[in-house]
Amino acid sequence: MPDEAVKLGRKDFQSDQEVRWCPGCGDYSILAAVQLLLPELDVKPENLVFVSGIGCAARFPYYMNVYGLHGIHGRAPAIATGITLARPDLDVWVVTGDGDALSIGGNHLIHSLRRNVNFTMLLFNNQIYGLTKGQYSPTSEVGKVTKSTPFGSIDHPFNPLSLALGAEATFVARTHDMDRKHMTETFRRAHAHRGSSFVEVYQNCNVFNDGAFAAVTAKEARASMLIDLKHGEPIRFGADGEQGVVLNDRGEIEVVAVAQVGEDRLLVHDEHRQDPSLAFALSRLADTPTVPTPVGVFRDVERPIYEGEVQRQLVGASEQRGPGDLAALIGSGATWEVA
Amino acid sequence: MTAETTSTRRPETLDRVVIRFAGDSGDGMQLAGDRFTDVSAAFGNDLATLPNFPAEIRAPAGTIAGVSSFQVHISDHDIVTPGDAPNVLVAMNPAALKANLQDMPPGSTLLVNEDSFEQRNLDKAGYQANPLEDGSLSAYRIVQVPMTSITQESTKDLGVKPRDAERSKNFFALGLLSWMYTRPIEPVIDWIDERFGSKPMVRDANLAAFKAGFHFGETAELFDHPWEVPPAQLPAGRYRNVTGNVALAYGLIAASQSSKLPIVYASYPITPASDILHELSRHKNFGVRTLQAEDEIAAIGVALGAAFAGHLGITATSGPGMDLKAETMGLAVNLELPLLIVDVQRGGPSTGLPTKTEQSDLLLAMYGRHGEAPLPVVAPRSPSNCFDTAFEAARIALKYRTPVIVLTDGYLANGAEPWLLPDVEALPDIGVPFADAPNHDGDFWPYLRDPETLARPWAIPGTPGLMHRIGGLEKQDGTGNVNYDPENHDHMVRIRAEKVARIVSDIPDVEVDDDGGRELLVLGWGSTWGSIQAAVRRVRAAGKQVAHAHLLHLNPLPSNLAGVLGNYRRVLVPEMNLGQLSRLVRAEYLVDAKSLNKVQGIPFRAATIEAKILEMLDA
Repeated sequence: MPDEAVKLGRKDFQSDQEVRWCPGCGDYSILAAVQLLLPELDVKPENLVFVSGIGCAARFPYYMNVYGLHGIHGRAPAIATGITLARPDLDVWVVTGDGDALSIGGNHLIHSLRRNVNFTMLLFNNQIYGLTKGQYSPTSEVGKVTKSTPFGSIDHPFNPLSLALGAEATFVARTHDMDRKHMTETFRRAHAHRGSSFVEVYQNCNVFNDGAFAAVTAKEARASMLIDLKHGEPIRFGADGEQGVVLNDRGEIEVVAVAQVGEDRLLVHDEHRQDPSLAFALSRLADTPTVPTPVGVFRDVERPIYEGEVQRQLVGASEQRGPGDLAALIGSGATWEVA
Repeated sequence: MTAETTSTRRPETLDRVVIRFAGDSGDGMQLAGDRFTDVSAAFGNDLATLPNFPAEIRAPAGTIAGVSSFQVHISDHDIVTPGDAPNVLVAMNPAALKANLQDMPPGSTLLVNEDSFEQRNLDKAGYQANPLEDGSLSAYRIVQVPMTSITQESTKDLGVKPRDAERSKNFFALGLLSWMYTRPIEPVIDWIDERFGSKPMVRDANLAAFKAGFHFGETAELFDHPWEVPPAQLPAGRYRNVTGNVALAYGLIAASQSSKLPIVYASYPITPASDILHELSRHKNFGVRTLQAEDEIAAIGVALGAAFAGHLGITATSGPGMDLKAETMGLAVNLELPLLIVDVQRGGPSTGLPTKTEQSDLLLAMYGRHGEAPLPVVAPRSPSNCFDTAFEAARIALKYRTPVIVLTDGYLANGAEPWLLPDVEALPDIGVPFADAPNHDGDFWPYLRDPETLARPWAIPGTPGLMHRIGGLEKQDGTGNVNYDPENHDHMVRIRAEKVARIVSDIPDVEVDDDGGRELLVLGWGSTWGSIQAAVRRVRAAGKQVAHAHLLHLNPLPSNLAGVLGNYRRVLVPEMNLGQLSRLVRAEYLVDAKSLNKVQGIPFRAATIEAKILEMLDA
């Protein structure tokens, strides 16, 4: 156990288990970003818990030298909820994927978000089922040809951020596996938020869906294709900020040339708006990662956290009725004595 | 008693009576039965109850489908069942009469609300002619009382509208029964005062109807005299009346107090398990955290997460909810964490009979998970025994770090009986220590087992130096690292089974109620205890010999069971399923156990088991 005074480093968060993702997988850079970030946060390794379900992403806890629970498919948010109910002091992370969170675990995802359980959720979205070797996922584009859809998939995909916002999430953000710095800062913000933090990470599966996000995340594409949201600033992008985002007459959001509309018309990003409508509109700007795509923090608002409210009721009950007295409890109501 | 509660005629003493209140779902029969039960319990009778209600909240009024009933058996001696056949049926409408008449023996009393026997209600119940007039009930003692109109008359001066007044007629019936069986009326009056205090009009109408019913019995000369059932001579101590669901909730709280582990209870609303959630959610000052989950799967996931974090994780369900929890139970077997799963069994398959009782989940509890996933199973035998069984389940789960299934059922959940309150100071300490230090050369190995119990250390998050990862993948014994080695998997499958099997040395022998006969043993489990015990008593009263053993632990089975089975020439296993324990016993002990099976959504009648015992003894 490292001494308090000793500054922790990346190695302190690496377990002794060999990392077994495919060479070139985007998961490596996400793991590195988290392991590099944690020493910068004021947390003790023993207070960290990583919970996951099933899928490639779900192996994440095995590689972290903290407490970890590799659960069952889709159920990580439920298991994490139980951990926070028991121990609100712990620092709980959920690592999930597009199949785990949006397909088999969809119900637990939306209900944990609406409850505002205090955890940080990283959703590795690679738009494919990797561990089962390449079937289309709930975020795959329509027409995707995979082993299970030889004639192209006909399912309309989820937009994960729209779903999270619709589920009343209090913190919603997006980042991608090609930009360590952006990932680190996004994770830092997510961790700092009190309540459910939902981060979609565009993650490349180089074996079954290589280059799915290249049109927006490749180094040369980023300037013109990624819209980096910054709180309090007009939303604009492009090498010289020549493009921007406005709210049009129909109440919709659209991308425009700044020169045509003027800077004053640009939408100023406000993460803290209680009303999620604008954040939702921003999430709809890019239905597929082939058009200009917003990244960064979409929404960051305060709402009481679930386990905090649970504690409040426990304390209130004890103050009102005193600590539980078992003999009094079982002897409550009408009793009688037999001599 | 005050003057007005004292009958002017001398009551005749009975040793026991069985009364069934029956009416429409909206008629308040459960409430009337509950009140009669509580008053009788406080009066000192032994008793057992059988509520029976439809799955629909309000099926069409007046139809057979909408009939709700509550049977209560009161006695001056120790009884174990709600009674085979009622002595009195209170029928609030024709449908209630028709639905229950088959259970009424000739000579029994039918107390009917004659106001409701008009054409419309007769049609809805499917009567071609009015049974009160066509002579078809001549085998019974029919007592016709215009309950609706007297209730309306008695509440007229209060300004209650006739339609509202009618809703108090269950209290009229309760008042009449209170006179018939010489029940004290003050407790009901006090209860009405308290319950309806915030609605003075309703309170006054119910009080007026209740008193009208009592006075009607006194003045109408329907009967020559009232009856009385004197208090029973039960073991000394303080008693209360309790249902299985409430006793179970208290048992869980007792386990939490004894182990000093707060409860995290998560469940999804489902009949008939929901009352456990309702009860536990009231007791937050005991540190009980309750969560109404989004589904059955989340509920057990939350409980398992809490167990990982060092709390007493519990979930409960019924029927199809058990199917949904199976996957997480398998994970809990693999993670080797303590977890309680309460299954309040109901009629299946699928939605089946949501409000009716059954014992058809035993094999599901034993084997209903993929892979080799053994876990301990316990089953209470009576409503009050749910307290002890919940406590025992927690003891096993904590000590052996294993999920444990508690199999109760709809009859135990809703049925009530007097409960001799346990001395809570005498409850054993079932706490277990958390791991607090490395256990292997300065490292922490999460699957390094206790050599005796085979339990692994329980190291909870927040503990410095013991950080570890566990999961559903197969793991190496000791280190807990993911491991696909063939020999290791074989070892782990066997050691998980061995851990559960070893619990046998830590559970009591099955007790045998043995009268010396060697011909027949009746072996039961769960809620059939009362019916079997009543049948055995009757057989013995008739001068014959029969033994009764009842299993509280179903996995592992008690170590003396093989010997017990060998002591008798024949074995009979009555079950509310198609033969699940009998199958286990036949497989385990090569005993030619005979099954007696009934799957009707209601408990066995003692007479059914008695007849089978006599048939086997005479064969």
